Amino acid sequence: MLSARIRKTFAPRPDSAGFALDVEFAATQGVTVLFGPSGAGKTLMLDAVAGFVKPDEGRVMLDDEILYDGATKVCLPPQKRNCGYVFQNYALFPHMTLRENLAFAAERRPRLERHRRVVDMLEKFRLTEAAGRRPHEVSGGQRQRCSIARALIGEPKMLLLDEPATGLDAPLRAELYDALRRVKEDFKTPMLLVTHDLAECFELAEEMLIVHQGRVVQKGTPRLILDEPANLEVARLLGAFNLIEAEILTLDPGRDISRLRVGEFELNGPYFKGHLKGDRVTLCVRPEQLSAAARDGKPGPNQIPAELSRVVERPHGLRMEFTSPALASGVRVNISRGEYERLKETRTWVVEFPSESLRVV
Amino acid sequence: MGREINLHRRAISTAGELAIIVHPHLADFPVPMNIDWFPLCLSLRVAFLSTALALAGGLWIAYLLANREFRGKDWLDAAVTLPLVLPPTVLGYYLLVLIGRASPIGKLWEEVFGSPLVFTWKAAVVAALLHALPLLVKSARAALESVDRSYERAARNLGASELKLFFRVSLPLAGRSILAATALAFARSLGDFGVTLMVAGNIPGKTQTLAVAIYDAVESGDGATARILVLVVSVVALLILTLANRLTPAGAPRT
Repeated sequence: MLSARIRKTFAPRPDSAGFALDVEFAATQGVTVLFGPSGAGKTLMLDAVAGFVKPDEGRVMLDDEILYDGATKVCLPPQKRNCGYVFQNYALFPHMTLRENLAFAAERRPRLERHRRVVDMLEKFRLTEAAGRRPHEVSGGQRQRCSIARALIGEPKMLLLDEPATGLDAPLRAELYDALRRVKEDFKTPMLLVTHDLAECFELAEEMLIVHQGRVVQKGTPRLILDEPANLEVARLLGAFNLIEAEILTLDPGRDISRLRVGEFELNGPYFKGHLKGDRVTLCVRPEQLSAAARDGKPGPNQIPAELSRVVERPHGLRMEFTSPALASGVRVNISRGEYERLKETRTWVVEFPSESLRVV
Repeated sequence: MGREINLHRRAISTAGELAIIVHPHLADFPVPMNIDWFPLCLSLRVAFLSTALALAGGLWIAYLLANREFRGKDWLDAAVTLPLVLPPTVLGYYLLVLIGRASPIGKLWEEVFGSPLVFTWKAAVVAALLHALPLLVKSARAALESVDRSYERAARNLGASELKLFFRVSLPLAGRSILAATALAFARSLGDFGVTLMVAGNIPGKTQTLAVAIYDAVESGDGATARILVLVVSVVALLILTLANRLTPAGAPRT
């Protein structure tokens, strides 16, 4: 298990703004994902664990070994940290064959065991056939598997992965997820993975840390975070929500209901714990929980009339984008293709907000 | 001054004679049979040794300059480059002060080897080294810096010591460029004149290198010998430069 408290400041320079990293996090069994926008400090966290970057202060512990401790000035070099690192570009040595790449990494193991380990890893990662070829002579998938195999051959206590899926096409991406799931089962090595892809978090992560501007702003399972983003910032970073300004009109904990005003319209919602009547809040609503319908006279309860501005094709259905004077930043609704076929002759629209879809951040 | 004009005239006449060399009736031209090849052998020996020494010391300096941050880095860089810009006489003077018989290094040398360092062919090696080193350090540094940092990180992450990293990763990846730089350094150390003359002198059969022998031949009016030696130096230099160009990797990054 990895536990880390890292603080590192970069003073602003003429060519770059300053940056401050101040995080505390842990990674136990399975995959822990660092999620956040570019420049949030995710890779810096990884590099501080691997020993490529020396923090200003803090402490990094892997199992019961101290990798870095600011107070006692302990800072192990990368060679002694026993963390496998899978680089974004794989960083396989171009002048060595895949087998030599693995053998290079196995050299710290006893001589007798070395050869067996290399053969074993080549087999496990289906690289035996390509073993004699150089990285530029093999397929992307083989390169990818080789870089994971190389990182694992020294039996590291932790595997660090820096955006391994960035720039991969869909089949390669699926192959990577497959390989990583197998690593999880066969090697049981805990993994710390950097990404800015939400789907990847759901694909792999047991635990997800949201990193923003050098801080960890929320942690939890991907499902939990998507259901209950801790604050507006997180909801924005996840990019998967409609964010709607509203005012709380009434709150009734007994019947678990509330009334909200959005522009000139009123919506019925669930009871919002910790909020007061008259609070201005931001509702955070998932596009797939909304529905669109033809407007039929006066809008019904929990319906807001809106104008359709765009329809975007998605892999599994369609996204409709609406604007309305009541909804300052518009609203997105995900619907199935069949549903859209049924509705597409509609001229005037209402968007329906089911009571249970309304959530306050 | 008068001597300089004299030399100038001789150079012109040499050039005129050179025109005869490329004349079609080459067979008619008298080639001196009794030419002394010692200067060429000595020059090659000096160039090989000084290039080897430059490689040993220069790679290390280039590694420091490319990978480490330390105080005085800019100064070290400038000091290594200095021989490229200083007049040979200044360099020769410095060397005489540094390794002359009265200097600590000169004394130590004399104590260990029983004979002085200056005015031997070994001093010519030192002189050539002075020219080979900056070329080698500059190119090797650029070559080492052009190696993608992630390979070095990967090697460290996989537990490789700095030594293993250097010899197994950085050096092979920068290898072709460094080889090209070595060829350049070799060509340069083949051609030193001024510094060699100052610290090794012009003792025929002992310290007379090719460049010095050519000067000597021209000075004593032995145009035939001068022609041959000039031709040999030019051809060797041309071959080495072509080799260096071939070795320099094309712009395409190798993955």
